[in-house]
Amino acid sequence: MKFNRFVSLLVLVLFVASMLAACAPAATPTAAPKSDKLKVFGAFATPIEEPWDGVIHAALIKAREEGKIEYEYTENIGYSGDMERILREVAEQKKPDIIFGDAFGNEEAVRRVAKDFPQIAFVFGSGLGPSDPNLSVFDNWIHEPAYLCGMLAGGLTKTGIIGVVGGYPVPEVNRLTNAFIRGAKEVNPNVKVLVTFINSWFDPAAAKEAALAQIDAGADVLYAERFGVIEAAKEKGLFVFGNMSDQNSLAPDLVVSSPVWNMTPTVEYVISQVKAGVYTAQDLKDFSMVAKGGASLAPFHATESKIPPELLAKVREREQQIKEGLFRVDIDENQPQPVN
Amino acid sequence: MEAFLVGLIAATLRVATPLILGTLGELFSERSGILNLGIEGTMFLGAFTGFAVAYLTGSLWLGLLAAVLAGMLAGLLMGLFTVTLGVNQHVSGLGITLLMTGISLFLYRVIFGERSVQPSIPTFPKVSPFGDTPVLGPIFEQYLLTYIAIALVPLVWWLLYRTSFGLRLRAVGENPEAADAAGVNVFRIRYIALAIGGGLMAAGGAFLSLAQLGSFIFGIIAGRGWVCIALIIFANWIPSRVLWGALLFGGVSALQLRLQATGAQLPYELFLALPYLVTILALVLAGRSAAAPAALLKPYRRE
Repeated sequence: MKFNRFVSLLVLVLFVASMLAACAPAATPTAAPKSDKLKVFGAFATPIEEPWDGVIHAALIKAREEGKIEYEYTENIGYSGDMERILREVAEQKKPDIIFGDAFGNEEAVRRVAKDFPQIAFVFGSGLGPSDPNLSVFDNWIHEPAYLCGMLAGGLTKTGIIGVVGGYPVPEVNRLTNAFIRGAKEVNPNVKVLVTFINSWFDPAAAKEAALAQIDAGADVLYAERFGVIEAAKEKGLFVFGNMSDQNSLAPDLVVSSPVWNMTPTVEYVISQVKAGVYTAQDLKDFSMVAKGGASLAPFHATESKIPPELLAKVREREQQIKEGLFRVDIDENQPQPVN
Repeated sequence: MEAFLVGLIAATLRVATPLILGTLGELFSERSGILNLGIEGTMFLGAFTGFAVAYLTGSLWLGLLAAVLAGMLAGLLMGLFTVTLGVNQHVSGLGITLLMTGISLFLYRVIFGERSVQPSIPTFPKVSPFGDTPVLGPIFEQYLLTYIAIALVPLVWWLLYRTSFGLRLRAVGENPEAADAAGVNVFRIRYIALAIGGGLMAAGGAFLSLAQLGSFIFGIIAGRGWVCIALIIFANWIPSRVLWGALLFGGVSALQLRLQATGAQLPYELFLALPYLVTILALVLAGRSAAAPAALLKPYRRE
């Protein structure tokens, strides 16, 4: 009996230890210990497979590969209090020059820690504003390419019905959806746009079902704000637009384009500011927009030949105007109607 | 209206499939006296293993087989804790869920690396026994796994109520002391039940990655395992009611998405709450007469 209990305890301890090992956020090993490169740390609430954090991570990896920074990161921090602890540990022990991350769901924790370490530049994805002296914010301001995708969708639909499947009606999703709808209406004023929210950031099976429901309701072009929608379009052979990165590889003949977010302009700007010793807290929005290369329309790949030339010309013209600052896509963060 | 209903019924069957498989899996383990809260992680493991093996070998069936085997192993591990060592079942189950989720994500990173766009594979094709027949054609155009899941329901009933193995399994879940006295190996039966259960749960997860999506993403199960835990109570641990429960929940889930797509001018949150409201209501109604296996949650030790 006693022995049995001892074995139980031992196994339980081993089990919990292995569990912690499996779940513990993994940090990449540091490259060179001593150099004049800036030390950058990434702090992500989700695994880096999550597209939003994935974009930030990809830009930092790129900067590391170009030899501009030393970069380490911690992912899957979650939303239950670990962000503050990890940020404090990193700030005290690793003493990085810059910490990049996403503050959604951890806004207060990030701001508390930033205040205590004014010598470190905190650069976080956030729906709120910057905070002096050292907390800058950014966000995925990709409403401009979303507008261009909407134009394409409006021109490509035969039934006159387009479907959008989104996660939650938060500002980040609303402004993309609203820009997409306006783009569609510019080309095709009578187009009907259906909007469904699945109330989850990750439930691709539900997103696919939502898209299939829209297809049954007549939609023949889709905008996949969430994962799962492209799979529905693939099953039915319909045109679809991706989101956040170029998702053409998921269905090369059907994914026409995607609004792409690129964090490299933001990362490079912050690096240059910190290096020059002139970093200040600011809203880095512009660096995630088309004019500075932070947002773009993904290439059309194999679908280019299927887009009517007049439509393509119109979209290219708008794209050029946006780049030159001659056309402004309005930012509308109100929740879109179910039918627009 | 007809098109709406046809689409709704077809969607209901798709949405219900992983729930049927997962809940049948939970039925096996709970009927033997073990609450397996490892279900969410076991489904995740099944979704991952199925996808990874299908991706690497090019065979969806090998993927499904590997998923079932991985699920059985997860069930046996649950057995090590709860049957052999008699550890608290809630803690062990949640531990299994965390462990299986962690292992799957870790191996995913090892095999596929860091990518901005997830890899994908062609999915199981749909079978269409009624071809282009109106109404019946589109309703029954389903994945083979959906048919397998539904066919498993009477099979599980037969196994539990018409075979000596089923009798022993139920006896172990009701009164392990008496079963032991009658010469039944309680430990072995519980291990077998957990292994079968884990295999079914993993098949439910693999349905999502191999049939419905053709890809693996880290939120793929999205709480379906926990829905199965509620469904088993709703079903009162009876196989046929598992089917009705899964169809009810699946039906209301599909309905809310379809109502949103029709552009009904009601707050979408109302639709989203619908499946859970119906589940709670059904639980309240069915739960009054619910009779859990008497030995559920009780570790068995021979004196």
